Amino acid sequence: MTGDVAVLGAGMHPWGKWGRGFVAYGRVAARAALADAGIGWPEVGSVVGAQTVRGGYPGYVAGATFARALGWQGARVTSVYAACASGAQAIDTARAQILAGMADVVLVVGADAAPKGFFAPAGGERPDDPDWLRFRVLGATNPAYFGLYARRRMALYGDTPEDFALVKVKNAAAGALNAYARYRKPVTAEEVAASAMVADPLRLLDICATSDGAAALVLCGMEFARRRGVADPVRIRAVSTVTPTFPRTVLDLPDIGTDSAVAVEPSPESFRASLARAAYEEAGAGPEDLSLAEVYDLSTALELEWYEDIGLCGPGEGAGLVRAGTTALGGRIPVNASGGLASFGEAVPAQAIAQVCELTQQLRGRAGDRQVPGARVGITANQGLFGHGSAVIAVR
Amino acid sequence: MAGWFTGDGPGEEFRLLGTRCSGCRTVHFPREDGHCRNPGCPGGELEEVPLSRRGTVWSCTDGRYRPPPPYVSDPGAPWVPYTLVAVELAAERMVVLGQAAPGVGVADLPVGSAVEVVPGVLDEDAGANTVHTTWNWRPVAAEAGPEEPGTVPAAEGAVS
Repeated sequence: MTGDVAVLGAGMHPWGKWGRGFVAYGRVAARAALADAGIGWPEVGSVVGAQTVRGGYPGYVAGATFARALGWQGARVTSVYAACASGAQAIDTARAQILAGMADVVLVVGADAAPKGFFAPAGGERPDDPDWLRFRVLGATNPAYFGLYARRRMALYGDTPEDFALVKVKNAAAGALNAYARYRKPVTAEEVAASAMVADPLRLLDICATSDGAAALVLCGMEFARRRGVADPVRIRAVSTVTPTFPRTVLDLPDIGTDSAVAVEPSPESFRASLARAAYEEAGAGPEDLSLAEVYDLSTALELEWYEDIGLCGPGEGAGLVRAGTTALGGRIPVNASGGLASFGEAVPAQAIAQVCELTQQLRGRAGDRQVPGARVGITANQGLFGHGSAVIAVR
Repeated sequence: MAGWFTGDGPGEEFRLLGTRCSGCRTVHFPREDGHCRNPGCPGGELEEVPLSRRGTVWSCTDGRYRPPPPYVSDPGAPWVPYTLVAVELAAERMVVLGQAAPGVGVADLPVGSAVEVVPGVLDEDAGANTVHTTWNWRPVAAEAGPEEPGTVPAAEGAVS
């Protein structure tokens, strides 16, 4: 397919709380990706930084920051910010540059040093910012929204807190096998149930932590990969970054009210589902083709929703998949074989790139103890603030 | 943030205030005073409109930990969890989030149950002698009769 770009290299910095700046993490991930690709930094024609907006302050201009840290060498530079979808938009930008012939080799980097505790908007009186408003007027933290979705699932589908806990147990088991994960200990359902309630019905171990971390990719055109002797690289076949359609009727971060459906009948498809559908259409593939998926498990309950949104099952059937072990390592369609955000925590601009790093290692057959046998097609999915989200499909 | 609700005056009914497009009837809350956000709407005038007083619970949750600023809370006082409830308004065909009235917990708000909007207090600044008011949702008692505006405390000032 002419739209493919090759993943020549993937690299990460271990996630955790390391007490350093995001530049240091990004440099480590970038150098690891370059080494993996066998590419010297001076050969890179373009660097795209997924931008960090630590504490809401947009002063961390990522592209040039990473280019300087690696040593100025005159490459084209881009910085993108799209909340949790920053990394995927950085990949999308790199892909567009390659396909347009603007660069042969592009380095994509995302890194962050996240503050502890709840994410919060920047200070000051800023009532024109919906994100500020939901904290000021309602005290509506991110976990509050996850709690709303979880309770809604319990009412509609009969999901239970025990079902949610199974997601954590599954992802922690996978994360224990991943050297880059922040949390590398298996977790039991009892431990989830004994953890503190944060936003009823979700407990501390149902909700992902914040982390430091970084991930990077070296992308290139298929012809360049062949010239480098890589005949069968992992290929990125689709990147979806679609916006919602009006009226958006599911309350989502940072909304206080949804759109009204008085004038226009809402689409039967959720925004999250539309992200995956756009990727499937671009890739000419479907859920039946998948070997594995990496989805944003900001909460355990939200992972179950993604099963439905990426088409692994019908609405309300997500809990059945985790109960049956279908989405665990060794199951029919492992989800979050990396350990997911449950094991990594959030390092916002890095995590969508980290998802593609995991697909890359899996499709290369180099994922070690968490390898999905014979992996050929993988999808990632994520969602961020303000109508941002993405899905990436990689194949081999 | 002025103009999100009314009912502060004596005898006035407490209502959330949104805006409605004269062209396509779409309702916006929080109020949208710039341009109708329906992409197919040719564009109409946005007129202030009170929202339905009653709705049904779409979902709810609570906050067991103190949220960070700009939420206002006294770090010296023990944290009292509050409940958040997302309410479906049938006439407007939309969902509006809000805090539940004090003392109302998630067990009082099963999905699909009826709630009504009442005035509430967001925070008080004793030093400045100001009370920031907000809206709360509370369950509609099964035997609820006609609405009695006098049963809720009169609120002063606007949110934030």
